[in-house]
Amino acid sequence: MPRRRISCGTFTGSGLEECANLRSDHNSSLGMELQSIYTVWLRDLVRIRRDRTQLLGSLARPILWLLFLGIGMGPVFHSDMEMPYLHYLFPGIIAMNLLFASFLSAISIIWDREFGFLKEILVSPISRSSIAFGKAASGSTIAVLQGLVVLAFAPLLHISLSFSSLFLLIPSMFLVAFTCTSMGIVLASRMTSFEGFGTIANFVIMPMFFLSGAIFPLDRIPTWLKLLTRLNPLTYGVDQFRWILYGVHRFPVAFDLSFNIFFSLLMLGLAIAMFKRSPA
Amino acid sequence: MIKVQNLAKSFGPLWAVEDVSFSVEKGEFFGFLGPNGAGKTTTINILCTLLSPTRGEATVAGYDVVREPNQVRRSIGIIFQDPSLDERLTAFENLRFHAMLYHLPWRETKERMESLLSMVGLSGRRNDLVKYFSGGMKRRLEIVRGLLHSPQLLFLDEPTLGLDPQTRKYIWTYVRDLQKKEGLTLFMTTHYMEEADQCDRIAIIDAGKIIALDTPTAFKRSLGVGSLEEVFLKLTGREIREEDASEKDQLRDLHRKWIGRMR
Repeated sequence: MPRRRISCGTFTGSGLEECANLRSDHNSSLGMELQSIYTVWLRDLVRIRRDRTQLLGSLARPILWLLFLGIGMGPVFHSDMEMPYLHYLFPGIIAMNLLFASFLSAISIIWDREFGFLKEILVSPISRSSIAFGKAASGSTIAVLQGLVVLAFAPLLHISLSFSSLFLLIPSMFLVAFTCTSMGIVLASRMTSFEGFGTIANFVIMPMFFLSGAIFPLDRIPTWLKLLTRLNPLTYGVDQFRWILYGVHRFPVAFDLSFNIFFSLLMLGLAIAMFKRSPA
Repeated sequence: MIKVQNLAKSFGPLWAVEDVSFSVEKGEFFGFLGPNGAGKTTTINILCTLLSPTRGEATVAGYDVVREPNQVRRSIGIIFQDPSLDERLTAFENLRFHAMLYHLPWRETKERMESLLSMVGLSGRRNDLVKYFSGGMKRRLEIVRGLLHSPQLLFLDEPTLGLDPQTRKYIWTYVRDLQKKEGLTLFMTTHYMEEADQCDRIAIIDAGKIIALDTPTAFKRSLGVGSLEEVFLKLTGREIREEDASEKDQLRDLHRKWIGRMR
């Protein structure tokens, strides 16, 4: 191979030093951090485009719940919110898709870790925080897309969706998804097997969903159960959705927002800490 | 290039690596030979900054693995035991992401990528999903990826595990070729004797400790035997044995069956 001018493209030994000098900035700037987060985020998004099965699941889930539970419970449902059960349930189903999608993306971290690609990310010179942030961001983005799938059913159920409600819903959904994804990352980083994660799923995901006001109102349940619902970020998420869609809410809207922001930052902080310990 | 002193790593009560010390010179082809569970992968993981040591020190390319991990990461390339490619992406996309993760200038990197791909004979497959690559092709792509950012040191953790002898031979041809062209230092772990024979020096490791360190020729001469197989037998009194399949191995087999490969 003919000797070319020294640059990163040659195979000459001195080319290595030249390349090393180009990357001599050991302290990464904000720009580099953002690029790292973008890289982690982009890869997950490109992957999901090629996975038909997950998108199918995100479509089937709301259909089943809305159809069976929504129609079945309709006649027996009583609430002081004065709306048909299907309308009451609808924001809860959005939350359900967000919840499941978020934790599913966290499971992908276990898979990634055991079967390699996360190692590739971990061994690259990007900060551990940007890995956690990028994963949380990509998981949330994918979850919101699946949440939007549920929104597509709105006209079918005679639920009116204005542009302003959509404009408010999407960031609200993103916040809820971000919280759940960060939680999932924290749990996933402690798991080494899929069975373990399945157990956690049953003890975390299902209680979170049932105790959020998604399916039944929270006003007539026993006090000890009410307490649990107050600690659940999904409760405030569902309340937010109901307020945006119908103008009814159980908690002050500002409180909904602040609780979720606080909770998501807490979870993100934990997730970053998890990645900083030796996760492999 | 690598300096390891009194390295030790415990997982709870289990010591995977106990008081390991060695050094590797620039341009050397260094090997860790030992059975499964000897501590080879743990050592390599520590040197690659994937694990932090419980005790001891390690510097790679002059940087401390605990205190300056990102500088270490920029200087090394790794080929893992399990293929760590993203199967849902194309070969090109895998390399593109690698370049982004290492903040490489794309124009120059693209040139380098093309040369490396043609060197290993994968130019025509760059837009195919890695899912459909054979084991050998995946390894070749990993070599390209590992060298894309022009590291000074290449780690190979059981690089030809699960590959047929023909592919194994080809992989080594590429690696040796690239080593000469790039002036790389190679650090390899293996339990294959013939592979270890290629090394400039090998450290024989068993149960977390280095039993002996020398050139393959010196080993055979001093122990009066003809092969490394016998060297190992003499030093440890055992054959290099196969461990029971761990849960990870079972998952790995399951993964292979699910994903499948087009041959």
